[in-house]
Parts: sequence; C-alpha cells; structure tokens
Amino acid sequence: MDTFLGFDAVMLARMQFGFTVAFHFIFPAVSIGLASFLAVLNGLFLWTKDEAYLRLFKYWLKIFAITFAMGVVSGITMSYQFGTNWSVFSDIAGPVIGPLMAYEVLTAFFLEAGFLGIMIFGRDKVGPGLHMFACLMVAIGTAISATWILSVNSWMQTPQGFAVAENGQFVPEDWWAIIFNPSFPYRLAHTLTAAYLTTAFIVGGVGAWHLLRGQRENPGVRTMFSMAMWMAAIVAPIQIFIGDAHGLNTLEHQPAKVMAMEGHFESHPDGAPLYLFGIPDQEAQELKYAVGIPKLSSLILKHHLDAPLDGLDTIPRDEQPPVAVVFWSFRIMVGIGFAMLGIGMWSLWARFRKRLFEAPWLHRAALVMGPSGLVAVIAGWITTEVGRQPYVVYGALRTAEAHSPLGASAVGASLIAFVVIYFVIFGAGVAYILKLMHHAPALGERGVRVEPGPIRTAGVTPQNQMRESGHDIAPETP
Amino acid sequence: MFYSIDLTIAWALLLAFSVFVYVVLDGFDLGIGILYPFFREKSDRDIMMNSVAPVWDGNETWLVLGGGGLFAAFPMAYAIIMPAVYPPIIAMLLALIFRGVAFEYRWRANSRLSKRAWDAAFIGGSVTAALAQGIILGAFLQGIEVEGRAYAGGWWDWLTPFSILCGVAVVAGYAFLGACWLNMKLEGEIQHRVRIMARGFFVATIIGIAAVSLATPFLGAGYAARWFDWPQIALTAPVPILIAGIALLLFRTLFHPERDRLPFILGLVLFALCFLGLGISIWPLAVPQEITLWEAAAPAKSQLFMFVGAIVLVPIILGYTAYAYWVFRGKLDPEKGYH
Repeated sequence: MDTFLGFDAVMLARMQFGFTVAFHFIFPAVSIGLASFLAVLNGLFLWTKDEAYLRLFKYWLKIFAITFAMGVVSGITMSYQFGTNWSVFSDIAGPVIGPLMAYEVLTAFFLEAGFLGIMIFGRDKVGPGLHMFACLMVAIGTAISATWILSVNSWMQTPQGFAVAENGQFVPEDWWAIIFNPSFPYRLAHTLTAAYLTTAFIVGGVGAWHLLRGQRENPGVRTMFSMAMWMAAIVAPIQIFIGDAHGLNTLEHQPAKVMAMEGHFESHPDGAPLYLFGIPDQEAQELKYAVGIPKLSSLILKHHLDAPLDGLDTIPRDEQPPVAVVFWSFRIMVGIGFAMLGIGMWSLWARFRKRLFEAPWLHRAALVMGPSGLVAVIAGWITTEVGRQPYVVYGALRTAEAHSPLGASAVGASLIAFVVIYFVIFGAGVAYILKLMHHAPALGERGVRVEPGPIRTAGVTPQNQMRESGHDIAPETP
Repeated sequence: MFYSIDLTIAWALLLAFSVFVYVVLDGFDLGIGILYPFFREKSDRDIMMNSVAPVWDGNETWLVLGGGGLFAAFPMAYAIIMPAVYPPIIAMLLALIFRGVAFEYRWRANSRLSKRAWDAAFIGGSVTAALAQGIILGAFLQGIEVEGRAYAGGWWDWLTPFSILCGVAVVAGYAFLGACWLNMKLEGEIQHRVRIMARGFFVATIIGIAAVSLATPFLGAGYAARWFDWPQIALTAPVPILIAGIALLLFRTLFHPERDRLPFILGLVLFALCFLGLGISIWPLAVPQEITLWEAAAPAKSQLFMFVGAIVLVPIILGYTAYAYWVFRGKLDPEKGYH
C-alpha cells in the first residue's frame, strides 16, 4: 500500500484536514466573540460617552484585526480542502452541503469583509452612526457564518432530507429538513456560546494580567475584567445546561458516540456508572483502571438511576469510533467547562464582597484560565468529529470511501508544508497579539496602525511611550 | 428538464462573473505585492499597502465564492479539478496566507529584520499566488484527464510550458493592474514612477496575452474549431480586434500625465475582454476536454435553492462593496494614512 512515514493517504488526508480546520477554528471562535464584544463596547461608548469604552474598543480592535486576518487566510484554505482532500465526498455530498456553504459566503463572508474596512479604518470617514452600523454588520456576519457552517456540520452528524441518486450522489429532497437537522439547534447554541465564553476568558485573562501588574485604577482594565467576569458567571452555567441538552440529543441520534464519550464498553441493564477516569483499551474492549460513580451516567443521560444504557458491545467493531480520543477530549472539555463555572462563582463572591479588583488569587486563576476556552473548543470539536467515525456523513458515507485519489506522498508533503508554515505564521501572529495584550489599554489608545503616517518612521514619541506604559496622563501633558 | 438547463447556464455565468471580479480585484492588490521589489523606501511601501488595506479581504472573498460556488453548483467538476491541480492549489493557498497576514504583521513588527521578513512574505506570497493562479488556468485550459467521475492523470500533468506561460502572463497582468491602481490612488513623484512601471508591465501583459492566445488553438482541435469555424468566427473575431483597440488606447493614456483613472478603467476592460476570450474557448465545458457543464451540474434542486439567494444577495453584496470602495475613494494622503 502507498504510504508516507507509515501513514496511508486516507489517514494523511484526515490529519491534514483536521490540522488545518482545527487551526482555523481557533480564529473564528475568537472573532465571533470579539466582534460582538467590540460592537457592545462601541455602543456603550456612543451611549455613555465614557472614554473607558472607547479606549477598550481601540485596544481590542487591534487584536481583532490580527485575529480576523488569520481567520480569513486560514479559511480560504478550507474552502479548497474539501476538493483537494475529499473529492469523492465533495462529489457525492456537494449537492446537499455545497449550497449551504455558498449561502455562508453570500450572507456572511462578504458582509464581514465588506464592513471590516470601515469598522477598522473608517470611524473618521463615515461618522459614528455608520461606523456603529459597520461594527454591527461585522458582528452579525460572524454569527451568520457560524450558523451556516454548523448546519453543514450538523447535517454530516445527523443527515436527513436527502435521497441517493443513481450516480451515487446525495440529492436534496427537503431543504428545511436538511438545514434544521436534529442536532443543528443544539450544536449551534453550544458552539456560539462556547465562542462567547472563550472570548470572555481571554478578555478576563488580559484584565487579570494588568490587575496583577498594578493597574487597578485603570478604568479600561477594571471595565474589561468586570465585564468578562459577568460573562463567566452568567454564561458558564448556561453553557453547561446547553451542553447537557446537546449530549441527550447525541444519545438519541448517535448513541455510539456517547458510549465512547462515557467509556461504556459494556451494556448496563440496571444503571450505568459515570466514569471519571480510565484507560480505554479498544482492542480488549474494556476500560482499564476505571474510577466511576455508580449509576450517575444513567441519571444524567436518562434522568433515572436504574435506567438501562447500552454499551459498545452492541455496536459492531467496524462501526465503533476510536474510543480513547473521544473519551479524553470529552473529559478535557467538560473539565474546563466546570473550571469556568468555578471562576464565575468565585468572581460573584468577590464582587459581593466588593473585592473584585483586589483579589490576587482570583486574578491569577483568571489569568491561567485565559486561553482555556480555546482548548475546550478544540477538545469539543474533536469529541464530536472523531465520535462520528468511521463515517464522514453519519450512517451514509464512510470516511475511507470519501477521500481524493491522491498519492500518500503528495498529501504527506503538503501536510508537512502546512504544519511548518502554520506554526511559523500563526506563531508570529500569536506573539504579536500577546505583545499587544501586554500593554495596558491607555488613555488616547491608538487605532490599528502603529504609525500615524508613513512619513514618521522614527518610532514612538516620548508622549506615546508614557501612554503605552499605561499610566494615565492627561492628553495635553507632554 | 428545460429549466434545469437554464439554471446550469445561469450558474456558469454567475461563477464566471465571480471569478472575474476576483481576478480584477485581487489582481490589483496582488499586483501591489508584485511591484513591492521596485520600491525600496519604507514610506513608499507603507502607502502602497495602505491603498488596499481596507479592501483586500473583501477582494479575496470572491475567491471563496468561486471555490464554494463551484463546489455547490458543479460538485463533480470541483471534485475532478482540485486533485488535478493539487500542488499549485496548495501553493496558492499557502502564498495567500503569507501575504494576507503581512497586511497586519508588517505594522506590528518592530525589529528591522522582522519588518523585512514580512515585506518578503508579502512579495513572495503575492508573486507565488499570481503564478499559481496562472498555472491553474493553464492546466485547466490544456485539459484534464478524467475517468468515470474522478481525475485520472498524474501528479505533474499540470506542469507544462503552456501552464508556465499562463503563470508568467498572469503575474505580468496583475502587476500591470496594480500599477494602474496605484497611479489612481497616489500622487507626486511616486505616481510618476508607478506610471512608468505601468508602461513596462503593460507591454509584458500584451505579450503574455498574445502568446497565450496563439498557443491555445494548438492545445486541442476543439479550441481551433470554436474560434475559426464559420459562422462562429463572425462572433469571435471582434474579441481580438477589440483587445487590440483597447490596447492601443491604453498605450496612449499611459503617456498622458493627466489621466489618473482611465488606465485602471481600461485595464479592467482589457481583462474583461480576455476573460470573454477564455469563455469562448472553454464553452460549454466544465472540465476541458471531457466534461460538459450539464454533465457536471448539481441536481436542479441544489442549483435552484442557491440561485434564489444569489440573485438577491449578489446585487446587495456589490452594493455594499462599492460603498466600501467609495468611503476610501480618492488620493491617499501620505501625511495621514488610515487610523
């Protein structure tokens, strides 16, 4: 068999697609949340005229611009990877999912890109009203984009509303059924909420960093930390609730995925335990060193302690997803979700005691949790995608039958190019973002371009250096 | 059945339109990257990049529509073409990543070395993306081997003297469009330099167009027949004649110092005519020389569902895209830049 470094072409195609899409996913997850955050900040500034909001707007706008650019360029890759890596899937499923993706481009991508320039560069050119409108269009665009692509993804998980034509193509029968397939509402709510939570924790982490560095009196820092902690306290419990509902929906439509998530190799006719830990061994079909709470899984999934739950012993081996990956990624996601809830509750307590800005241990915890949302989002995505295996369209098309007629060496070489280039390019982007985050939002925060004009090339002026250092000075002070 | 045939043509036209919009819009902003090596001053480079900074990602969205639309309306063609041109597609995507991030990173870099590195990324990315797009066009024109519903050729089929010729022609054409754009957006000494450069790339573009046009009929009997058989020749002959006329007009305006906008507008017309010529060559194929548009078409239900949205949304998109261009219209003020 044609292999590259021991992997066959299908595995390499999966690795490449998984790598590029996981990398891409990070940026929209942040830009969905940040676009809304920026629209809220700009609205609050226009409404209250409080300079702290404008300061925060300009501060996060710079970070948003980089994130968005990385999202755009890594996203263009995705619209071609379907064809390069999964040409059989594209040919067969194209009539159903292609139109949904075309709608994503038409309703969302153009909207975002069309108004992004005005949002970033146009405040002075179009006036505050139209500028606010542009901010809203970008924020709405990101949410519309998520809606279409999650509809596509959900259809691949719970396909319906199509027929199989003579040439093997999936032909749409009922668009309503295709778009609003059974898992779509749950997945959409769960993913959008995840994007907002992810952003909230990034904002909170940056706020916490500056609070720890002695910026307690900086109104920008206080505002961002406070807003982020409200999000954590309110949205984290909602997310856990939505996640639970999503899990019940998965149990109904993709039971094998839930069995893998739970590590249930065996059926439990009178109440299944909730395994907290264990080493899944798919060869032996057992969970080794299992530590669990009896009957709790039945309580969560069936709302009854003694409810029977089937295990993977009811699923043929060639229909089972890889258990270990799903089992662990699910635990990482859930663990982070509860840690987020913990931070939210802790912040409520600190706020109640009027010590939200004077609680260094809370700030340290929030700082550590800053990037946690990104990890949770990727872990959740791995859970649902790997849990769908061995199918690419669940129950209808196997992954092994969907790939392009490419040689392993071609896919392998391009995979290496993607990995190297992504780490260099996006590593540099993350470094620039961290550098921006390292500065506290200052009075007279500057816009996206570091230098006001190409004429002045000599670097920052002394006044700007003082501003950059975060000390509040009156704008007139030299 | 009659109405599904109409939809297939409508989709072919719509996709051709979005690829054309992509080619001219991203053409001039890739062109700016191609022109970068001729401007060594940082201040020149800053203002050149600023002239497209607010619009470049909107421009690239048309490429996503081209790919996504092909996937949706002609999934079989998408499934055949992508593996056939796998290496140049991957090269184009990676190149677009380099130049896309350079727009942001260039302003964040604070050491001389890293600034230079992102300038190099912008140049290399722009040149590679343009070259790859031309090669993809060439590989498409020269024909793709198909068996059943899949690509059946080898991994290096795309690489021929003809595809390289197309690649070079596209690089020259984009550089020419970029120079025309800058001629419109800049003033003073730099505009003067840009205009001189536009003349050079104009000549290169015309040579490229002529070479590709002369080579195309030799690629397959179908092309020659479509161009030279009677009575089609009555319809096809005006295209090269019009191109020659526009070229002559362009040549004159490029020596006219007061013409700021006209070269760019005539450049767009020139590209539109070339595009029309390509359309005549390819029609009615989705994958030369094997698969027709109708064979590759998605079921009528898929095409109809999208078409309803597209006829409403595309005009709206064109409207707000035009508005975004309008907001940032006029000459760039080098003192100010954008904030």
